[in-house]
Amino acid sequence: MVGAPRVVQGVKIVNPMGNEEMAPAAEQRLRREIATGALNALQAEVTEPTLFDRHKA
Amino acid sequence: MASKKLRVVHYLNQIFGGLGSKDQAHRGPQIVDGPTGPGRAIQSRLAEKGEVVATAICGDDYVGERIDEAAAEIVQLIRRYDPDIVIAGPAFEAGRYGVACGAICKKVQETLHIPAVTGMYGENPGVDLFHKDVYIVQTGDSVRTMDEAITRMVDLAMKQAAGQEIGKPAEDGYFPRGILVNEQSDRNGAARVVAMLLDKLKGRPFEPEVLQPTHYRVDPAPGIKDIGTSTIALVTDGGLVPAGNPDGIESRNATRFGGYGFKDIDSLAAADYDVNHSGYATVFTRQNPNRLIPVDAMREIEREKGIGKLHERFYSTTGVATRLETARRMGRAIAAELKSEGVSGAILTST
Repeated sequence: MVGAPRVVQGVKIVNPMGNEEMAPAAEQRLRREIATGALNALQAEVTEPTLFDRHKA
Repeated sequence: MASKKLRVVHYLNQIFGGLGSKDQAHRGPQIVDGPTGPGRAIQSRLAEKGEVVATAICGDDYVGERIDEAAAEIVQLIRRYDPDIVIAGPAFEAGRYGVACGAICKKVQETLHIPAVTGMYGENPGVDLFHKDVYIVQTGDSVRTMDEAITRMVDLAMKQAAGQEIGKPAEDGYFPRGILVNEQSDRNGAARVVAMLLDKLKGRPFEPEVLQPTHYRVDPAPGIKDIGTSTIALVTDGGLVPAGNPDGIESRNATRFGGYGFKDIDSLAAADYDVNHSGYATVFTRQNPNRLIPVDAMREIEREKGIGKLHERFYSTTGVATRLETARRMGRAIAAELKSEGVSGAILTST
């Protein structure tokens, strides 16, 4: 994702928004956490490619 | 060598054509006999070899608002003078003028089957749009570089008109057209690459044989102010497709993308989807497509008013060994569809 303005780190290449080792309910919470991180990033003002921490609200 | 004089028609916008400034940018196309403005410098470079028989002039706004139609109208005016070649601009850094010059040159080549040349600064959007179709001479960013630009344009135009072989971009001063040319070399690849490396290490100029793709800088969009009422879309390059891959999206080097609806669905079901991607192990995303396109999580957020609405269609392609130009084309098309459907932001998951 060269040059993407807002980046939130996912889990891994083969499972960006999930973790197959987790129980389904926990995995869905994780997925929601990453999605929330992405929504926070969409609201932020950036001037250059920026990596967001998904744990920070 | 009493060869026939080349008949040249020149194109200018309203400013260089002497109609007036931006307040005249709405003016429609017209054509006048002989050279005008920078056309006089073209005439002096052509000297006895050619004649600027006419100058077509049009306002930048007129062209910008209907590029195809305006280019066709202007080419019809140009046709009357039966030219051997058309020269447009140079447009330097002027964006709409550059796009007009590129579009007119392309249309001239397509409909009159004669060569056309223009000139622009590297940042001009006309370069990006037309460098593959038209010879665009590299100019500086302002009229200060007019003389050099005219010289390059006229020389390249004369070469084309005479059917001479055009040199490499660096030799003839135009933007690379994305064409690879086979050449014989008496040195093998190892010898050439080591020589190139030594030149690089010693700070000497060197020319790579294959140009690296340009990574364009994309200016970030402003942050979303009212996420609670905004429509958010999901996009992926992870190869998620409906079962059966109805659009035939390739598993690598994709040239296509698809938009797939999931109205009233709370969570993507594995049985309804497939993952067609040769660049990663797709077992986990096949097991649960929400790991790529997180519909389940986004529906929760939507229900709790964290966003206004989840866009009811996701977009997908396969991002592996994809040509940069193809990716740009698909990205633009996806963005245009999303914008036309009132989407304010997108989350793109990448594998």
